Amino acid sequence: MSDSSTDPDAHINRAGGPGSSEDPFLVVEDLTVAFPTEDGLVTAVSDLSYQVELGKTLGIVGESGSGKSVSSMAVLGLHDAKSSRISGSIRVGGTEVIGLSENKMRKLRGNRVAMIFQDALAALHPFYKVGDQLAEAYLVHHQDASKRDARRKAIEMLDRVGIPQPDRRVDDFAHQFSGGMRQRAMIAMGLINDPSLLVADEPTTALDVTVQAQILDLLQDLQREFNSAVIIITHDLGVIAEMADDVLVMYAGRAVEYGTTKELLTHPEMPYTWGLLSSVADVTSDTSARLIPIPGNPPSLLRPPTGCAFHPRCAHMSKVPGDLCSTELPPLAPGERGGDHLKRCHLPNPDAIYQTEVLPEIAPDLVGEDSHR
Amino acid sequence: MFAYVVKRLLSGIVVLFLVSLSVFLLFWFGPSSPAQPICDRDTSNRCGDRIEIYEENLGYNNPWYSEYGKFMQGVVVGRDIQFGGQRVYECRAPCLGYSYRTKAPVFEEMKTRMPATISVAVGGAALYLILGIPIGVAAARRRGTAADKALVSSFLVLSSIPYYLFALMMWLFLTVSWEIPLFAETGYFPFSENPAKWFSGMLLAWVALGIFGCTTYTRYARGSMVETLGEDYIRTAKAKGLPQRTVVYKHALRSALVPVVTIFGIEFGTLLAGTIFTELIFDIEGIGLWALGAITGKDLPVVAATVLFGAVMLIISNIVVDVIYSVLDPRVRLS
Repeated sequence: MSDSSTDPDAHINRAGGPGSSEDPFLVVEDLTVAFPTEDGLVTAVSDLSYQVELGKTLGIVGESGSGKSVSSMAVLGLHDAKSSRISGSIRVGGTEVIGLSENKMRKLRGNRVAMIFQDALAALHPFYKVGDQLAEAYLVHHQDASKRDARRKAIEMLDRVGIPQPDRRVDDFAHQFSGGMRQRAMIAMGLINDPSLLVADEPTTALDVTVQAQILDLLQDLQREFNSAVIIITHDLGVIAEMADDVLVMYAGRAVEYGTTKELLTHPEMPYTWGLLSSVADVTSDTSARLIPIPGNPPSLLRPPTGCAFHPRCAHMSKVPGDLCSTELPPLAPGERGGDHLKRCHLPNPDAIYQTEVLPEIAPDLVGEDSHR
Repeated sequence: MFAYVVKRLLSGIVVLFLVSLSVFLLFWFGPSSPAQPICDRDTSNRCGDRIEIYEENLGYNNPWYSEYGKFMQGVVVGRDIQFGGQRVYECRAPCLGYSYRTKAPVFEEMKTRMPATISVAVGGAALYLILGIPIGVAAARRRGTAADKALVSSFLVLSSIPYYLFALMMWLFLTVSWEIPLFAETGYFPFSENPAKWFSGMLLAWVALGIFGCTTYTRYARGSMVETLGEDYIRTAKAKGLPQRTVVYKHALRSALVPVVTIFGIEFGTLLAGTIFTELIFDIEGIGLWALGAITGKDLPVVAATVLFGAVMLIISNIVVDVIYSVLDPRVRLS
């Protein structure tokens, strides 16, 4: 997005590569990911563009199947080349990742770009000691390190993510860890090679609320310490509000709204984002506030709706003249308030509709003082 | 681990006790008297008059539990087998009685036949695992491709052929029609006497078992591997930047082997219990052939012994499988 080019820490020594001191660390342009199936081509991600700078966090939100994880896995080159079709551009520290050889991609993966997954119990190997899995991640990118070095590094990382008695727990298996500790170990494994970009795919989904908060705090601390770029994939706007500098809202494989977190959470311009905000429970708000679910189901990516993919579920279609919503895909265009806020919607003066119609429904106590939100 | 194995062995002994009791009771209360087969062998053709004498001599007129007690005593400490009140044979522990047909101690004969069956089973099983698992893994890695589909369907056809037909064709073509020297003389020759001959005598049986069995194991290994490759921790391994071969052979294979080992444990026990068709077709004097002869010849002590042998082999292979389990999967604690 924008405002961080003045951040003095943003480009310290890890950006590497020509031109990268100008470009954000991760630049995704017109990314399209499709999977051929027996029923036809499933386009999981269409024309997606975003960027993340070092030291900054991008939150990607959307329902299941909106393309959040698929797009991030493309950044790590985790899609099988035979069963997927990927086009567009993904530049990581100046290196084009799409079309990169498997061998070069492998050297990037887990090294400069790391990913942590939801449900750490399933994502850690049940048969290998947690410490050995960490050490393995270290050794594969440090060929000249000894096993002893790798073990020491594993213990150090377990300690760093707040696992008590790391020199003992290093020899435990994943099933001997608690849920929160497993996710900590997962994070330790992701960060063991000091990556410049960390993709966290719903890192707190399988955890209970108090542990969620700890994990998010930990991620923030570590990001500050390592000054890495972070992508956090979630469907929880609470996580976004706490963690992200920028937000990308995805629907049916496309970006539908993109902006700074502050702007997007106070002046959302796309009815789908309104829907997401309406379905967040807020314990501090008045009890007269209602949780409003988004009606209907996410669309089929095999045969996406014509026009705006959200139109079959949109409650505000009548405010758009003609049948524009169902016939024409709106472009991702700057919003009413300008700046870097982009939205993909035909709705005229959306901010006014949000402030007068939507906000009173979901947070009556906030009407008129939205700037404090 | 040691305590676990001891515990399993003890419970195995209980199982053996129950198996031996079942066999004993089946013979005792079965439709025909256990003395009948001996009586039928009476050369004077006067069985009809003598059946009661045989029954008396065998102890069939005593309560069954006292006779079963004698049998168990023989197994544990040995006994003298009395026939008609006179001391006839001394039968040392583990005494499984005397064969009706050969009049030889059953256990002694079992000892001479065991190496043949164990040779067949171990060699055949080794071959089908060595073939089946790598082929299954290779197919799983190429799942959906033409090569995978061709392999899966051709193996399905092969495994649809009855085993006895398959083994018989192998023998007919390789030994009889084409007279391949390597397969010229099938049968069991003691390893200690002539290892080369032992090897060539067994080879065709191994190849038949190996090729036929590997079709099954290829399918198991492929299915298990396909499932494992879809696991989250495999994605994690890839995301760490591990080379493909490490992902497949270190991370995926170990998990994929668990179900294969389960099936192997059951099958290998059965294989050790006697491979009747293999022994019959390739002329191997093993337990399977012995059991077959005992059943057709109504040689009850031998039938009982082969059943017990089968049970022992199943118990042992199950214990071995559980130990392998605990080695593969640390979540399985043997205690």
